[in-house]
Amino acid sequence: MGEVVLEARNLSRFYEVGGGLFRRPGVVKALQDASFRLEAGKTLAIVGESGCGKSTLARVVTMIEEPTAGELLINGKKAEAGSREMRQTIQIVFQNPYGSLNPRHRVGAILEEPLKLNTTMDAAERRRRAEETMERVGLRPEHYERYPHMFSGGQRQRIAIARALMLEPKILVLDEPVSALDLSIQAQVLNILSDLQGELDLAYLFISHDLSVVRHISDDIMVMYLGKVVEAGDAGTVFAAPSHPYTAALMSATPVADPERQKQRIMLTGELPSPLNPPPGCAFHPRCRYATDKCKEAAPPAETHAGRQVACYHPL
Amino acid sequence: MTDTFSEDEVLTAAEAKRETRRRMLADFWFYFSENRGAVIGLWVFLALVVVALLAPVIAPHAPNMQYRDSVLMPPVWQEGGSWTYLLGTDAVGRDMLSRLIYGARFSLFIGVIVVAIAVSGGVTIGLIAGYFRGVVDTVIMRVMDVILAFPSLLLALVLVAILGPGLTNAMIAIAIVLQPHFVRLTRSSVFNEINREYVISARVAGASPYYLMTRTLLPNCLGPVTVQATLSFSNAILDAAALGFLGVGAQPPTPEWGTMLADAREFILRAWWVVTFPGLAILITVLAINLMGDGLRDALDPKLKRS
Repeated sequence: MGEVVLEARNLSRFYEVGGGLFRRPGVVKALQDASFRLEAGKTLAIVGESGCGKSTLARVVTMIEEPTAGELLINGKKAEAGSREMRQTIQIVFQNPYGSLNPRHRVGAILEEPLKLNTTMDAAERRRRAEETMERVGLRPEHYERYPHMFSGGQRQRIAIARALMLEPKILVLDEPVSALDLSIQAQVLNILSDLQGELDLAYLFISHDLSVVRHISDDIMVMYLGKVVEAGDAGTVFAAPSHPYTAALMSATPVADPERQKQRIMLTGELPSPLNPPPGCAFHPRCRYATDKCKEAAPPAETHAGRQVACYHPL
Repeated sequence: MTDTFSEDEVLTAAEAKRETRRRMLADFWFYFSENRGAVIGLWVFLALVVVALLAPVIAPHAPNMQYRDSVLMPPVWQEGGSWTYLLGTDAVGRDMLSRLIYGARFSLFIGVIVVAIAVSGGVTIGLIAGYFRGVVDTVIMRVMDVILAFPSLLLALVLVAILGPGLTNAMIAIAIVLQPHFVRLTRSSVFNEINREYVISARVAGASPYYLMTRTLLPNCLGPVTVQATLSFSNAILDAAALGFLGVGAQPPTPEWGTMLADAREFILRAWWVVTFPGLAILITVLAINLMGDGLRDALDPKLKRS
């Protein structure tokens, strides 16, 4: 077991929406009771469809937003939004490389910004560090003076990764880092990410809806549905034999490049329910073919089943 | 890699910087020059600036010198005109051309000062409203709505009545009247930008609210503000002339165009040139600046660009 760098205990985040002068605001439980541990040098993948709370988790973990309940421990200490040390430990790479770089700043300025804000380095030292990091992610020194609009999506994402690395963090939150990129560029960026992980012993919290990417990169996996963790465990174990009906459906939807393999697509019926008004009991029961009356009454607790945590009364 | 940079490395960096700047300028000029009116406006405006700067050299007479033996002399091409006074003289024998030339100084001065006050104040307030939102935003925007609810000239008139007549007070009044436009514009730009990921990532990197507002948000909100500033420039000149005409702006004998018009009112039937030329000067200046502003908007707004 490596050193645990990040630990979440029952992390929750609720939003109040709507609500006018005469109407009570509705509560969206975007994230409920998420608990996990992340070790140095490992990758924890968080998967699920749109609106399941993946990005909320990213925002809570990076302290952009305060959790409504639960604790976040970074290096064994409780995370505080104002702490400079914490901030230097955890950094984020966003999904959209076209929106995440300030269009009015040069690449050099973008990379040096975290150093400028958090350290007392002088300009020459900052520049040296920026160029080192650029080399690390495969950018050339002459890119230092250019503006973001002069780069392609893949290059921009590399700039974003370089910026996240500037403070020498131990944890990187990757919020769908490759889903906006072409397939060939995806592989390139993923390779850079796994090289960096080896060199710098980084822990990744890899958020994605693309299971083929997750399979390629993750050590552990956590599947979410409507704000709740439905299955979590070792990636190999979960991929080999998913226990939760939702995980199974999700995995059957991923195309595999193997014509010999028999396709057994599990079709989910119905829509993702509104998070404003989730179904009672297990949130997945209206779409689940194994659902019984028990599922409609109480939400299943997470239990250990076949070497992983599953929140289901009828694990496969 | 060494700690210090060798000389030619620094040189190439500076060159690259110059190169990108040159390219951006060329790009800007390409779109700007597509609009012929804008280019004409720019040249007229530049000519006005030169005239204003060189007023003491160009003007044939002192602006307030009264030539008592040649009162209300018509322009040179009309019967009774003289080459000494090219555009004629006014009711107390002052040379019209010289007064118009000196008037350009006042008008441009008014434009610059008013726009500077309105932009700096408006952008600051707009940034604060857009960044903090909630109660701060509501309070600021309601105050701005109140200011906008008054007809601008009327409000300026009231403010000057409170502050007392004079060019300085008129400029302050006009700046206050123009300010809400900048507040609204900046606020809406901030609303657009603040949830963009580059702002969030600056926040994750530990940027303070002040840093976020001035370094991250401000440069990305300045495009529409620049255009509004040019258009406000002409508004300011127009309003100042109107206040001058109503007798609460620049006081006689200042050769301000609006004040000149007011002085000449009673001679409107007898001596057309004393009212026509200051009026034309205002018209041409405002038109030139508005045309330039239109071109600027086309060139700066990527949505209007034809690729």
